[in-house]
Amino acid sequence: MANAITFPTLEPHQAFRLSMLLNDGRYRSYTIQIFVLMCLMLGIAWLVDNTIRNLALLGKDFSFSFLWSTAGYDINQRLIEYDTQMTHGRAALVGLLNTVVLAVLSCALATIIGVVAGVLRLSGNPIVARLTVVYVEVFRNIPLLLWILVFGAIMSEAVPAPNAFKGENATAGMILGAVAITNRGVFIPEPLFTRDLGTLNLGIVEPSLNAIAVLVVVIACVLISRVLVRHANRVQSQTGVRPVIWWKTMTVLAAPPLLLLWALGFHLGYPELRGFNFQGGFQLRNALIAMWLGLGIYTGAFIAENVRAGILAISKGQTEAAHALGLRPGKTMRLVILPQALRVIVPPLISQYLNITKNTSLGLAVGYMDLRSTLGGITINQTGRELEGMLLLMLIYLSLSLIISGSMNAYNARVGLKER
Amino acid sequence: MTERNPAFVRGEMLPAREPPAGQTGLLKLLRENFFKDWLSALLTVMSLIVSVWFVCSVFPWLFDSVWNANSLSECRQILAGAEGACFAVIRDRWTQLLFGFYPPEQYWRPVLAFALMIVALAPILFPPVPRGLLRFSVVFPGLAYWLIWGGTLWLPVVVYGGFAVGAVLLRMTGRLGAGPGAGLAIVSALTWWFVAPGPVTTVLEQLLPLSLAPVASREMGGFLLSIVIGVTGISLSLPLGIVLALGRRSKMPLVKTISVVFIEFIRGVPLITLLFTASLLLNYFLPPGTTFDLILRVIIMVTLFATAYMAEVIRGGLAALPRGQYEAAEALGLDYWKAQRLVIMPQALKISIPGIVNSFIGLFKDTTLVVFIGLLDPIALSNSIRATADWQGIYWELFIFIGALFFVFCFGMSRYSMHLERRLKTDHR
Repeated sequence: MANAITFPTLEPHQAFRLSMLLNDGRYRSYTIQIFVLMCLMLGIAWLVDNTIRNLALLGKDFSFSFLWSTAGYDINQRLIEYDTQMTHGRAALVGLLNTVVLAVLSCALATIIGVVAGVLRLSGNPIVARLTVVYVEVFRNIPLLLWILVFGAIMSEAVPAPNAFKGENATAGMILGAVAITNRGVFIPEPLFTRDLGTLNLGIVEPSLNAIAVLVVVIACVLISRVLVRHANRVQSQTGVRPVIWWKTMTVLAAPPLLLLWALGFHLGYPELRGFNFQGGFQLRNALIAMWLGLGIYTGAFIAENVRAGILAISKGQTEAAHALGLRPGKTMRLVILPQALRVIVPPLISQYLNITKNTSLGLAVGYMDLRSTLGGITINQTGRELEGMLLLMLIYLSLSLIISGSMNAYNARVGLKER
Repeated sequence: MTERNPAFVRGEMLPAREPPAGQTGLLKLLRENFFKDWLSALLTVMSLIVSVWFVCSVFPWLFDSVWNANSLSECRQILAGAEGACFAVIRDRWTQLLFGFYPPEQYWRPVLAFALMIVALAPILFPPVPRGLLRFSVVFPGLAYWLIWGGTLWLPVVVYGGFAVGAVLLRMTGRLGAGPGAGLAIVSALTWWFVAPGPVTTVLEQLLPLSLAPVASREMGGFLLSIVIGVTGISLSLPLGIVLALGRRSKMPLVKTISVVFIEFIRGVPLITLLFTASLLLNYFLPPGTTFDLILRVIIMVTLFATAYMAEVIRGGLAALPRGQYEAAEALGLDYWKAQRLVIMPQALKISIPGIVNSFIGLFKDTTLVVFIGLLDPIALSNSIRATADWQGIYWELFIFIGALFFVFCFGMSRYSMHLERRLKTDHR
């Protein structure tokens, strides 16, 4: 908008003069836009021309064919089948999955920590409130990278080596006999099946049919239990009496999955110390743990502030009204305050999730093989395709961000206040 | 009804008594604050346990620290098996953590620049400081450039000359109207900057040499680097962010689209990818043979990054302004820029102070990411210190030192923003 003031008094049939392109509010915006468009096109043309000349000078072309050539490097954490003979594209996919896993884990941890800390900061208990303030201020005012390095150092320096678990006078012990925290990673029990249904060949990935079967049954059970709850709601709204259904939903939710697990011969594989390291079980690598704790606890401090602001935005009268109705403080928070506060909290929460997703790219600092380390790191170094690699990397991050903000905005619209 | 006075009704008033012991003084305070219900009690006990455990495990280590040693093994000898921190590494290497590999005999230059920065910031941050000092704030960037990088003083002077040329042309072409005048001024200033610096500087330097020993960018590091990148990014991103925010709210579809695409793109990708673009790709986009300083490239990218975030914060402030303010400004007959400058921006910026300071703090913290493209920020230096034979295996002391310095800056900024909010508070509630 070049000029907020338009002059409606001007006669519409007044003859057009060239000077009106600059002096008339109606035409000036066109002048400016055409000027901006020309500048923009000139700028883009200049950039593209430079790029083409530079590429020609270096004897390079612009192609994404490197994605189909053999990668030849190893990735220590992989969720899908990968070996050094596979392609750069496959390596990028493995990296992308690592990024997503880390982002999801960190978002969950950050949300839990943030909500708890945000509520505790408003607690009437001065010790708890002060401790929370210390947590928030310390984590907010020190760079994330430093925190990731600190947690990386804790995981590699301050926890026992596997051989400390060895022998009669072991200096370290496993937690509940199932979880071993060592400087080579955290070992947790893994689910195992005695009957294997094989794998499903989808071309790119081959998920295990056992996992799919369990997932399908669980989802089906959840859907059935929701039908039961909806039916109970309908009966309650018609008759005023709520049928007792908790045992039905419990049975529906628990029995079929348990039966399936029993039929498949489900058991846990515990990590065991063999030789110099633990064998069996899942190994959560130090890099993952350091990134997870670093991202989760750091972003938790920001979420705590958002949650606190959201709760403070709800007027005191709401609490008083809930208390007057006889609700206990816990129920007041859960049923009255939090649902309203969510509307204030969710939009900044979205941007915190976006931040987490983007900050997973700091994994390089502790050697976490995420998308930035595979596609944006080793692949670019090996193939020399900086331009294509960075372009692809940016586009993938951009689409991740757009997906997150899109889905969270949809959620926001659903929980938002319905205004009519 | 007959008057009855049953035996169980007391006939006379009792004197007031002290409340029970549990309802007064310290006990009451404890109960109301710390043991109101079982949850509160549990939290109190847990936080006490955590605090005591933390203090017991960290403080002996912290207070039993060694400040005089030349290597970690020497520290361990002095400690003789006791748990203790080895802050000797800070004593040994603090100059490196602050200045990187800046020549030690020139340390006074960045220190002087830092002191002058405080002087230059004072009139902007604190109103009691005389306004006249603002003139120094304008001169400061050039002066700081000269002090830190060295070379001839005439280069920044000639660059300032470009502004002077533009201003003179703007004054002379006042009759042409604001648009063409400004355009002409910008074009002439740009021409000056492309043509003049080389020859004019050489001539002036020959007439009157005013040179400091030049320091190459690769010798800079540590907090000097963080502060240079952070402060430049902060001061450039605010005005650019305002322009971008106005662009996003513009009624011209083209301008609006460009702003939206720019903001969403920058906010959708991690800063690291932009920094990699600066270090790997920027040469592709510039005419063949162009090379320019890595720190300058990083500053440009960091500024662009911060600008997008700043624009969103300011857009929030603009959106929060009541519609009536815009209408009132129009009703007074103010044109667009006057309305923005006199009515809209002062209020919108005031609303967005917390967000602006938050992005400043974020930007300052993000300067640590330059470690990934090989610049020597404090974290890179801590890695290289750890890689030396003397200090191999030292972690916490370096982390504490770096973390404490960042904490001081960032915490200071957030406290100042609270002070600013209180000072600018004009609503009477």
